[in-house]
Amino acid sequence: MTASTTSPTDQTTSGSRGTTPPVPEGAVAVTVKIRRFNPEVDPEPYWQSFEVPALPTDRVLNLLHYVKWYLDGTLTFRRSCAHGICGSDAMKINGVNRLACKVLMKDLFAGDGKQTTVTIEPIKGLPVHKDLLVDMEPFFEAFRAVKPYLIAYGNEPTRERLQSQADRARFDDTTKCILCACCTTSCPVYWTEGSYFGPAAIVNAHRFIFDSRDEGAEERLDILNDVDGVWRCRTTFNCTDACPRGIQVTKAIQEVKRALLFRRT
Amino acid sequence: MASTSAATADVTERAGSSRGGGRLYRGDLGMWSWVLHRITGVATFFFLFVHVLDTALVRVSPNAYDRAIELYKNPVVNLMEVGLVGAVLYHALNGVRVMLVDFWSKGTKYQRGMFWTIVGVWLVVMIPGAYFMLQRTITDLFGGN
Repeated sequence: MTASTTSPTDQTTSGSRGTTPPVPEGAVAVTVKIRRFNPEVDPEPYWQSFEVPALPTDRVLNLLHYVKWYLDGTLTFRRSCAHGICGSDAMKINGVNRLACKVLMKDLFAGDGKQTTVTIEPIKGLPVHKDLLVDMEPFFEAFRAVKPYLIAYGNEPTRERLQSQADRARFDDTTKCILCACCTTSCPVYWTEGSYFGPAAIVNAHRFIFDSRDEGAEERLDILNDVDGVWRCRTTFNCTDACPRGIQVTKAIQEVKRALLFRRT
Repeated sequence: MASTSAATADVTERAGSSRGGGRLYRGDLGMWSWVLHRITGVATFFFLFVHVLDTALVRVSPNAYDRAIELYKNPVVNLMEVGLVGAVLYHALNGVRVMLVDFWSKGTKYQRGMFWTIVGVWLVVMIPGAYFMLQRTITDLFGGN
């Protein structure tokens, strides 16, 4: 049997789970257009379309599963928890970075009974390994570079490091990050200047810079004062729009900028 | 200030970037305001470049300067003047918006509202402004009065 094909009629046995299951009642046939690339075979990435039945309650991830399980087992993408917690399935869906497990099909259906097309691409700015799978290492390098862990000097206390509710609330927003890379790979500055730390690294620095228990704020502010630090941010707000956790990313970056300007002498 | 080169060395030595050719990123309103800011900024820069050159002509010879200025008196340049005012006005207004985003703690929250406000101000200034700037050209071209 030959490998994947774009023709819907041939989509029977090349998936990883055998024959297609019966189409559920109320399902609508949608076109899933995927940016595919296999570095061992393809000289360039290309678009491939699949016809997939979709329920309004399906997530985009369900459609990808359908393609992989029943139509083309070679489709490669990341997903772990599939419930918006692990942050593995960040991808560019209809031109914006989203988690495939958090986008509902009912929000993507075209009106007036028109054919719905869902375009899915790998997130931009990171090297593509295969299909929707990108090399996350540059992203995690930037994350590690801002020292995203508690730094405290002196003797360790014999009990918990206490903190007031107000002090905890100061950095609450940036504790929500799941490191999915939606923000960093939505940033026009990051696309063209990969040495920029990127929104996610700054968010995770913010989480400790404004933590009253932490004593490493000066170190991190020095790191982010670098030419590739917060000053590269052009406040395009793509990161804030992309964050699946609703973190006010641009606000966090601006707070770090203002800390650099006004808090230090 | 402590050296940060060690911490950032890994980040800068990043492997090649992803392959392009995908569809355009459907970015936030803030992204498009930034794109426009860049375009109007570059356009204004090129105007200033030409403007410095033509004004410098007056030191070469006042007659040459007069002839250069005479060249500008045509409908196309008149339209470009309107475009220049529009570009400078947008760049100035959005510049104020960006400064508010930078320095006002609630700036990030109201960035969209501020964008639509500057669009409103731009229209309020440009609609009568364009009328008065183009009035003479239009009457010269199509007659009237």
